[in-house]
Amino acid sequence: MSGSDTSPGRIEQTFARARDDGRLAFIAYLTAGYPEPDATPALVEALIAGGVDALELGIPFSDPLADGPTIQRSTFQALQGGMTAARCLELVRELRNKGVVIPIILMTYYNPILAYGQDRFIQDAAAAGMDGLIGIDLPPEEAEELAAQCRANSVDLIPLLAPTSTDERIGLAVRQASGFVYCVSVAGVTGARKALPSELWGLLQRVRRQTELPLAVGFGISRREHVEALQGQADAAIVGSAIIDVIEESPRAEREAKVKEYVEVLTGRRKARN
Amino acid sequence: MASRTLPDDRGRFGDFGGRFVPETLMTALGELERAFAEAQADASFREELDGLLHNYAGRPTPLYFAENLSRKLSGAGADEPPSLRIYLKREDLAHTGAHKINNALGQGLLARRLGKRRIIAETGAGQHGVATATVCAMLGLECIVYMGAVDVQRQALNVFRMKLLGAEVRVVESGSRTLKDAINEAIRDWVTNVTTTHYLLGSAVGPHPYPLMVREFQSVIGSEAREQLLAAEGRLPDYALACVGGGSNAIGLFHPFYDDESVRFIGVEAAGEGLSTGRRAASLSAGRPGVLHGAYSYLLQDEAGQVEETHSISAGLDYPGVGPELSFYKESGRAQFAAVTDDEALDGFRLLSETEGIIPALEPAHALAYLAKLAPDIAKDSLVLVCLSGRGDKDMETVAQALGVDLV
Repeated sequence: MSGSDTSPGRIEQTFARARDDGRLAFIAYLTAGYPEPDATPALVEALIAGGVDALELGIPFSDPLADGPTIQRSTFQALQGGMTAARCLELVRELRNKGVVIPIILMTYYNPILAYGQDRFIQDAAAAGMDGLIGIDLPPEEAEELAAQCRANSVDLIPLLAPTSTDERIGLAVRQASGFVYCVSVAGVTGARKALPSELWGLLQRVRRQTELPLAVGFGISRREHVEALQGQADAAIVGSAIIDVIEESPRAEREAKVKEYVEVLTGRRKARN
Repeated sequence: MASRTLPDDRGRFGDFGGRFVPETLMTALGELERAFAEAQADASFREELDGLLHNYAGRPTPLYFAENLSRKLSGAGADEPPSLRIYLKREDLAHTGAHKINNALGQGLLARRLGKRRIIAETGAGQHGVATATVCAMLGLECIVYMGAVDVQRQALNVFRMKLLGAEVRVVESGSRTLKDAINEAIRDWVTNVTTTHYLLGSAVGPHPYPLMVREFQSVIGSEAREQLLAAEGRLPDYALACVGGGSNAIGLFHPFYDDESVRFIGVEAAGEGLSTGRRAASLSAGRPGVLHGAYSYLLQDEAGQVEETHSISAGLDYPGVGPELSFYKESGRAQFAAVTDDEALDGFRLLSETEGIIPALEPAHALAYLAKLAPDIAKDSLVLVCLSGRGDKDMETVAQALGVDLV
């Protein structure tokens, strides 16, 4: 159940539906305003057509210290196009007006929220149609005020947990969380990787022991076989850098089609060509 | 609130500080905090560090009465006693040529205690990189230094020194390609290799416990100066001046005088081409609080919370943030902060070279330049303590270029 609202939120409903279907939920990341300021709505449409269950929208920040080269590049390009937290909220509103009903989760470093005004940001974002928030550099110890504001506005505050998180820290994080838990697959930065790291499985077991919230796995996922490996171990896969790579590599006219095709492969709707 | 009791257990100096980092690093920061506290309480750790500071780094560094400079800034004639008495704390005479060795030795020993044999560091002017490479060579630790491409170019000599000392220098091409981006890249490395690696952060910035730890390792500057000045003059200074980039030499000078309320602290930032130009690096003078590199502190940022690119002729001050404890000093009024331009800093650089035969680094040249501006307003018979945080050898090319001199 999300926030103070008694009706289940979009995130909760989405996970419940995927569970009923016996499949992983699929969450796709886009950097807001990448590659051009107005590129995002068409890309979201392509993601949804490809079978994405929820959207993670990154607010670009000048110093993305948890991100690898792919998302760094997309971030700088989006910033050059003038993307800000305020414009990102306009974008969420636009997506809702266009009929996008999947959960939208904003992912950001803390400073753009602070500069906007923390309380006002949560209120405005909730009003615009944001369902959840991930603070990349905001561990639970520093997130108490934000968590209260999220609860008051029925926004899920989604914690990040990593293989280096102790059981004590996992407890601290899940007590503050709603919606789902973001399990970082590896000690490292974002970016597509060849294989899922072995330390992920231990993390999933340790988190599962302390919460019934759905577990989503992100960082490094780029292939159908990664998604298949998560089946039965987690509730959702999050793919970011690999999608940005597809956008980066595609000619502009084919961009949406390539993104849709890639997501169809990842979600198993389409067989990979090789 | 007494600063001696700060930071609190959340790493806060008032509102400032904290631990705003990706979850992956939180456990390591907790371990570091505990290891540092244990080391501080361990007499054998203190003893080993004090021994190295003395025999390896050359401490205590001298406190020098700069009589010519005092006379010049007092406007006193050759046979008159100067109305100002200026003392320089000679960190430029410490091994490797700057105060950075104090912290590098402390954290190097701590890393060994933590069983971490891979050391990463960031560097701007290259002084912290050199100090870290030096300590790693001496302690037998692997050393990787991240340095922005712009800084690699303007501090080529220090790059060569680091390589000679066995360090690997990784050139950072992202963002503004200066100190800020070197820190980003060092944090990315640390996130990836956190179980085997110690991040030897060089300034009093970053997530808790770094601001506390760096302050403690640098407080040797102020502690020695306090004792030396009491011995020389029988009283405390009226002013203590230091340049401020991240603020490690400033907090190291100020902290031991914190409870001496008669001592006025002045931190001098880099105004670059002018505070109003946008080409500057003065976070306390021109910024507002925000979060960068793990701490809530004053920050140069735009309306949307994006960190601004900075400029200073001095690579060591070319940073958009500042240590959280200095932000707390600003808010509480314990310290005043000023900023001087590149041109003024060059004047300060020449002033000390010509009057005292001491070529300062461009960083403390900012403090000297501000002192020259302030001198006419300082009461007669004032005692002024300036931290001469480093020597100017590394800046020869930059200064020659600024003065239009061709070295080749």
